[in-house]
Amino acid sequence: MSASSAARPSSAAPASAARLGVDPHRDLSDYDPEADLMVLNMGPQHPSTHGVFRLKLHLDGETIVRAVPYVGYLHRGVEKLLEELTFVQATPIVDKNDYVSPMTNEQAINMAFEALLGIEVPRRARYMRTLFAEMQRIASHLLWLSTFGIDMGGALGGGTTLFMHCFREREWILDLFELVTGARFHYNTHTIGGNRHDIPAGWAKQVHTTLDLIASRIDEYLELSTTNSIFVARTRGVGILPKELALELGITGPILRASGVDHDLRRDAPFHAYDEIEVKVQTEPDGDCLSRALVRVREMKESIRLSKLLVDGIPEGPICGARPIKNPTQFKAKEGQAYVALETPRGELGTYVIGGGKNKAASPYRLKIRPPSLHALSALPYLLPGHSISDTVVILGSLDPIMGEADR
Amino acid sequence: MIPPIVLHGLIYGGVAAIALLTLTAWGIWFERKFAGRMQSRLGPTMVGWAGLLQPLADVLKLLQKEDLVPAQADRTLYLLSPPLTVFFTLATVAVIPFGVDVAVANLPIGVPWILAFSGLMVFPVWTAGWASANKYALLGAMRAVAQGISYEIPMLLTALVPVIFAGSMNVNEIVRWQAEHHWIALWPPGPGLFAFVIFFLSCLAEANRIPFDIPEAESELVAGVTTEYSGMRFGLFYLAEYLHTLVASAVASALFFGGWNGIFGLPDGIHWMLAKTLTLFFLITWIRWSLLRFRADQLMRICWTYLVPASLALVMISALWVHYAPQLGPMWGG
Repeated sequence: MSASSAARPSSAAPASAARLGVDPHRDLSDYDPEADLMVLNMGPQHPSTHGVFRLKLHLDGETIVRAVPYVGYLHRGVEKLLEELTFVQATPIVDKNDYVSPMTNEQAINMAFEALLGIEVPRRARYMRTLFAEMQRIASHLLWLSTFGIDMGGALGGGTTLFMHCFREREWILDLFELVTGARFHYNTHTIGGNRHDIPAGWAKQVHTTLDLIASRIDEYLELSTTNSIFVARTRGVGILPKELALELGITGPILRASGVDHDLRRDAPFHAYDEIEVKVQTEPDGDCLSRALVRVREMKESIRLSKLLVDGIPEGPICGARPIKNPTQFKAKEGQAYVALETPRGELGTYVIGGGKNKAASPYRLKIRPPSLHALSALPYLLPGHSISDTVVILGSLDPIMGEADR
Repeated sequence: MIPPIVLHGLIYGGVAAIALLTLTAWGIWFERKFAGRMQSRLGPTMVGWAGLLQPLADVLKLLQKEDLVPAQADRTLYLLSPPLTVFFTLATVAVIPFGVDVAVANLPIGVPWILAFSGLMVFPVWTAGWASANKYALLGAMRAVAQGISYEIPMLLTALVPVIFAGSMNVNEIVRWQAEHHWIALWPPGPGLFAFVIFFLSCLAEANRIPFDIPEAESELVAGVTTEYSGMRFGLFYLAEYLHTLVASAVASALFFGGWNGIFGLPDGIHWMLAKTLTLFFLITWIRWSLLRFRADQLMRICWTYLVPASLALVMISALWVHYAPQLGPMWGG
């Protein structure tokens, strides 16, 4: 390769990457492979890759010159599996996709099926779904903050202190979900047309107590993290994702908002009961790891506020708009298609489903899930070059990837 | 007939080594218990009352584990490095005065001895990383060497401050001078205390403690230099790390806080040394479980742009003080 082509980004790279000065397909032939470069396979077994994720790093000293992410170690063929199952059997399967936020996964698949089958969801169920989604967002962001602490503070140190405290708070939210659904994690509580479990008596009071307690403690955790000078030194100006690149890569959610794009499906394309409440969208202009952390922390506070509003505003009425399920092939879809996108804690989770028609009416003919984590990971080849190994775990942690969702 | 000085060294050395190893074992227990309480957990509870026998159980478990040597490893260096780390750390103990005239060796070059063996610690860590034939271990070793060499400088310079005040390189003499005059950390206001702070930070870096635990950095480098080690060889690294923390606390309390010298006229003795050492050990533990970790280059920047110039200035101020303070009158500590 000539020097001029090495200086110019490859044609496969987006135009905004050129403005950033990073070439993800950088030609490494001007390096002496014996002396200058070290190839380090970070993962799939590594403490900080947030699951089985592999990152091939070309290192010059400790500085990364090229990073190639490899996904697929957790591929379970979920989309194909769902084509074999009927509509009503799908919910417990997608629970395992984004295992940090199962509620929103259940909602996404059931909303897609409802759109395909033309089933209305009663108002009470829509409120409950919104409330569960917001509480799940708090739990998910708490887990993100705790693991982000471990990424920076180590498994033996201040990071674990942050981790244990955030996990305790997350447990309380799981306790609340357990009171409703009987399960702590894989709820299987949403169904086509509404919800399976109604909220028990006195639950709203417990939600208020728990959320007040969490709200009073969040500031304490911020002293361990976003207002801590070491945290700021590690995250400010690290892994800057420009607005244009984020848009070109299809990145959504808190990462996009931290890059200064005011985009949130909860406000811009309201689903559930979001058209009845006002969501304050949190943005940050800088696009570095600190901005992503700040956006998530503020979203956590905003979600506490929304959850309190929602739990007081749940109307009376039925919780399911369809007949109770008697057999797995109860719902039959006509030929047609539906795409539903909703805002999960990680961004836009899209579900595209094609109805089967005559021969395969009770299950999807074709199903595609658009996971926000996969798109977030696609930013890594642009973010990592020029940073050190220490920054790698910080940048990866700030993207908050869930491999169960990215690999499906 | 064994000469009495050798006999003295053997007995005192044996007792000091065993006492320190025991103290380290229960230091680890304390740290685990403290970390547990800090994180709203219980810490070890199952082995013995309040988990007090947990260190013994850990050692037994480590001894039973398979002693793996990677096929690509440099066998000699790989096997030699862990015991060497413990040896170099224990060698430092020789000149620390634990009580009035209780020291393994009353060396006139005590301070250089401590610094020399502390500096030698870099070698077993480096050879361990190199011999492991593992990329993470190599990166960890590189970081350890860079960090060890850099932080050696402020540590050495700040250790000179007590030497300048006491006019002796014998640690025992430095403590005696402090018992007769005043603790160096408290008077004269400024240089002694700041020297202690910088010395303490350098010790944290030398002992690979958060916020300076870059060579291990398990979230980045899996386990740094100890990635390939298993069983008791890993245990020895672990032991050396805690031993280093404890010894560093002891050295700091001897150099800056008057060692065995009591407060408020209470009788001097080994209990004061123990109390001061454990207080500093507690402080290190507290810092460790509260803070996050710096990045390697930030660590270097802190050392070279802040700590080195500051410690140079402290040495200068101390020398000027010792020279000019007597002319100011007796109340200035001349």
